[in-house]
Amino acid sequence: MRSFKKMVEDFGWPRIIIFLFLVALFIGAPFVHVRMDSSLSDVINRFGQNAIFVLAMVPMIQSGCGLNFGLSIGVVAGLLGSTLSIEFGLTGLLGFFGAVLFSAPFAVLFGWAYGRLLNKVKGEEMTIAMYVGFAGVMFMCIMWLILPFTSPNMVWGYAGKGLRTTITVEGYWLKVLNDFLAVRIGKFFVFPTGEILFVALAAFLMSLFMRSKTGTALTAVGSNPDYARASGISVDKMRTVSVVLSTFLGAVGICVFEQSFGFIQLYTAPVNMPFAAVAAILIGGASVNKASMLNVVVGAFLFQGLLTMTPSVINAALQTDMSEVIRIMVSNGIILYALTRKTKVTK
Amino acid sequence: MSGGKSSKLGRFFSENAVVIIFLLITVLAIKPSGLSLTYIGQEMINRIGRDSFLVLALLLPIYAGMGLNFGMTLGAMSGQIGLIFAINANIRGVDGLVFAALAGTPISILMGYICGVVLNKAKGREMVTGYILAFFINGVYQFVVMYLMGVVIPIKNPAILLSRGYGIRNTLNLEGVRQSLDILLALKLGPFTLPLATFLVIAALCVFIVWFKKTKLGQDMRAVGHDMAVAEASGIPVDRTRVIVIIISTVLACYGQIIFLQNMGNFATYNAHDQTSFFAVAAILVGGASVKKATLPNVFIGVILLHVLFVVSPLAGQNLFGSAMIGEYFRQFIGYGVIALSLVLYAWRARKETERAREGLRGGAANGDIAVGGAK
Repeated sequence: MRSFKKMVEDFGWPRIIIFLFLVALFIGAPFVHVRMDSSLSDVINRFGQNAIFVLAMVPMIQSGCGLNFGLSIGVVAGLLGSTLSIEFGLTGLLGFFGAVLFSAPFAVLFGWAYGRLLNKVKGEEMTIAMYVGFAGVMFMCIMWLILPFTSPNMVWGYAGKGLRTTITVEGYWLKVLNDFLAVRIGKFFVFPTGEILFVALAAFLMSLFMRSKTGTALTAVGSNPDYARASGISVDKMRTVSVVLSTFLGAVGICVFEQSFGFIQLYTAPVNMPFAAVAAILIGGASVNKASMLNVVVGAFLFQGLLTMTPSVINAALQTDMSEVIRIMVSNGIILYALTRKTKVTK
Repeated sequence: MSGGKSSKLGRFFSENAVVIIFLLITVLAIKPSGLSLTYIGQEMINRIGRDSFLVLALLLPIYAGMGLNFGMTLGAMSGQIGLIFAINANIRGVDGLVFAALAGTPISILMGYICGVVLNKAKGREMVTGYILAFFINGVYQFVVMYLMGVVIPIKNPAILLSRGYGIRNTLNLEGVRQSLDILLALKLGPFTLPLATFLVIAALCVFIVWFKKTKLGQDMRAVGHDMAVAEASGIPVDRTRVIVIIISTVLACYGQIIFLQNMGNFATYNAHDQTSFFAVAAILVGGASVKKATLPNVFIGVILLHVLFVVSPLAGQNLFGSAMIGEYFRQFIGYGVIALSLVLYAWRARKETERAREGLRGGAANGDIAVGGAK
């Protein structure tokens, strides 16, 4: 028997406000002539685009490495995989899974190195992760300029070398997941069945993994490292596993994002991607050291819903574009809220 | 890793790894850039005047054990609002700068207070929290400058308003106050021009920092930085001290940003502050400071080293690889990489120290682990 007040406290005021705000946006939408069906379709589509990133937060939160501000390391691995897939001219589902497959070795390698690094700096992971991510993205910027890619679809036309800032996946694997068994209702509503199925599958595999022996050990390391060590679990190994997994999911996440969005964005584009994913999982109810599948789904849906609905509804209502400001304040406000909460589990 | 003889050398290298690596890269990049030493020298003089004040603002929070104050961006934003008011009132020259500083002071005190309170709620992860707080306040800043100025906050000068009637233009021309501090007491010295007035202001700040460390508050600050629990036990108001330190740092960052922008001559209203903390933090770390330890020389060595690289790397990239972009990305990579590297080295060393302490405890008492768990 939990009282209402306790429930509110557990869920946190910021989340309730965000939730109510979103509900208000949906209710208000028809009054400012924003189409409900196309908005809902957008929200679902963007949920699918971003959910894997949010899912990528779970293993590291559970193993006590905190919020993965260095997710861009995984994103960069995924970009390598998807550019390779295009370089080899793979198309359709083969192209998409080729991209995932090509990015896997990079993701594992980067994740392993990144995990080893984070093991050396326990307690300071988040700040360091952020800067390692930034440095990784900048390093890859140089790489995009000098790697010997040749596909005319990707390199700059006049120089003949160096990759373009945005590369279209049209003609390769544009919307291969989205259009798989897609359900069309009316003119504006499309349900991207394949994408949602893919996300569901990933979430299902993750929850299976979390229940497996390794997954349980991982959670044990996160909740009490000393106890975990005493029961014979290698703390460092488990943390590395969680970082590799998170990095790999970051790579898969960007592949899913690209096929739906239509473009591969290189250079400095990945810099801010981790912050959106961090904000999303926190909005979903996760804390700095605890996260569940429910947090992922709720968080990705609420956050993307907010990002989709705010521009259309607010702009139509106020005739100004305030969405960017609202996005900045909401996403960083929620991260700030989570960081400043007293964590109940002592380290 | 290192045994006997080489341990002293190894220790020196590991303690100064960041500076040494950076010095090497910089020296190697000077030649291919093709720039003359006179040009680089004059650039350095300019940039010491431009940046040192901002970097000095980082010192006090480091002494107070709060790490690198990424929340200094809040001060930078306050300074920018001060400058907007100065341009609006059309006050020119040094008077304009003083006006901007006076207008920015109350805002930065408020910002510093907010920052201090938030950081007190996030002890142990001040840096990442400060960083996110800067992002959050950036949203507030955009809201105020883009939507409230011209509506709620009266702006008379139509030249700085967007054509829609409210909100400030994307780029502001600071011609009224451009380099007014730098040329106030310009000194010709051979091929170089020294902005003496700016240097005097920076020197005054250095004196203030040295003096502040000796005051009662300064002593408290260092005690808090050394060990919060001990400081609390000996009756020092820990939270209050931390808030005051952050307020001072934020106000200094506000003045620092005003000095920075008067040297630049114009400013991008909505993102001039985006990289303030990045440059300042990279500079102080390049100069050999760590999260817990920093000195005045660190600041100046860092500013010089970082900026030499920044001046030469685009041209070096152009000449070595035929692409200026490579140099541009390279300097950003180095900036972020240096911050990551020195944070890693510091955290790694701190961990080794605690492990050693724990080992020692284990050797002494049979049940050492229980004793370790006792502290708070």
